[in-house]
Amino acid sequence: MNQSKKGLSNWLLVVAVLALAVAPLIFVRGAEFGGADSKAQEAIAEIQPGYKPWFKSFFEPASGEIASLLFASQAALGAGVVGYAIGLYKGRSQQQKHEE
Amino acid sequence: MKRKTQALVSLTLMGVISFYLVVGLPKPAYAMHIMEGFLPVQWAIFWWIVALPFFILGLRSLTRITQANPQLKLLLGLAGAFTFVLSALKIPSVTGSCSHPTGTGLGAVLFGPLTMSVLGSLVLLFQALLLAHGGLTTLGANAFSMAIAGPFAAYWIYNLTIKLGGKEKIAIFLAAAIADLLTYIITSIQLALAFPAPVGGFFASFIKFAGIFAITQVPLAISEGLLTVLVWNWLQSYNPQELELLKLIKREPQRNESV
Repeated sequence: MNQSKKGLSNWLLVVAVLALAVAPLIFVRGAEFGGADSKAQEAIAEIQPGYKPWFKSFFEPASGEIASLLFASQAALGAGVVGYAIGLYKGRSQQQKHEE
Repeated sequence: MKRKTQALVSLTLMGVISFYLVVGLPKPAYAMHIMEGFLPVQWAIFWWIVALPFFILGLRSLTRITQANPQLKLLLGLAGAFTFVLSALKIPSVTGSCSHPTGTGLGAVLFGPLTMSVLGSLVLLFQALLLAHGGLTTLGANAFSMAIAGPFAAYWIYNLTIKLGGKEKIAIFLAAAIADLLTYIITSIQLALAFPAPVGGFFASFIKFAGIFAITQVPLAISEGLLTVLVWNWLQSYNPQELELLKLIKREPQRNESV
C-alpha cells in the first residue's frame, strides 16, 4: 500500500469509529445514555436485596462537572502522549528518508 | 493492485460485521467495571490474590524489556497512554447507555500480555483513586478482567490468527476487539460468582450481568479494534524498525513467560 492509500484507509477507520459512536444517538431514541455502574448496582440489589457495599471510595468527584473534567484530563493526557510518540516517530522516519 | 483489493475486502468485511453486530443485537444495558465495595470481602480478596502474581511477573518482564532496549520506553509509554485514553472515552452504545473500551489489545500484541497487566492495572488504579470509577477493594477483580484476561486473550488471538494465515491487520483487529469484549464477559462472571441468583444460581446471574456488561460492549469492542488498527498503521509507517525488534524480543524470552 502506498502512502496515500494508507492515509485513506486510516481516515476510513476514523470515520467508522465516529459512525459507531454517533449511530446509537440517532437510532436509539429516548434512551438515557446514563453511566453504567448504577445498572449493575440495581441488578445486584435485585439478586441480593440485603447487600450493602462494605467499603467507600476515599475520594469522589464533587459533581458531574468535576468528574467530566477529570475524565477529559485523562483522555487529553493519554492522547498527548500518543500524539507525541507518533509525531516523534514520524519526524524521525522522515529525517532518515531525507538523509538517504 | 492486488494489495489494494485485499485492503478493500478486509475493510468491507470489518464494516459488514460491525454493522451486523450493531444492528442485530438491540437490548437495553449499561456497562463498566465493578464498583467500590460491590464485591463481598472474600471475593475481593480472592481476585486480589489471583491478580497479584501476574502484576509481579509483569513488573519483571517490564524491567527486562526496558533494560535490554531502553529505546522501547517511548513505545511502552504509547501503549500505556493508549489504554489511558480509551478507558476515558465513554462512548454511547446501541443499548442506550455508555461504556468505555479498554485499549489493552495494542500493548499486549506489541509487548506481550504480562506487560499490559502492569500498565492496565495502573490505569485502573488511577481511575479508582481519582475518579471513584471502579475501586480499591475491587481492583483485583477489575485488574484480572481488564489487565490480565483481556491482554492474554489478545495475545493468543493475534498469534492464532497469524498462524492460521490471517492478515496482520485482521489479526490486530480481532485481538483488540475480542479482548475488549472478553474483559466485560469476565466482569459478568465475577459478579455472577459473587451474586448467584436465588433461582437459577450462577448461570441466571451470569445472563443478567452479561446483558448489562457484555452487550453494550459489542459496538465499543469494534471501535476499539478499528482504533487499534489505526495506531498500528501509524507505527508501521513511521516506526517499522521497533516493530521488527519487538518480534525478535518476544521470540526469545516468551518461553518462560507463556503462562
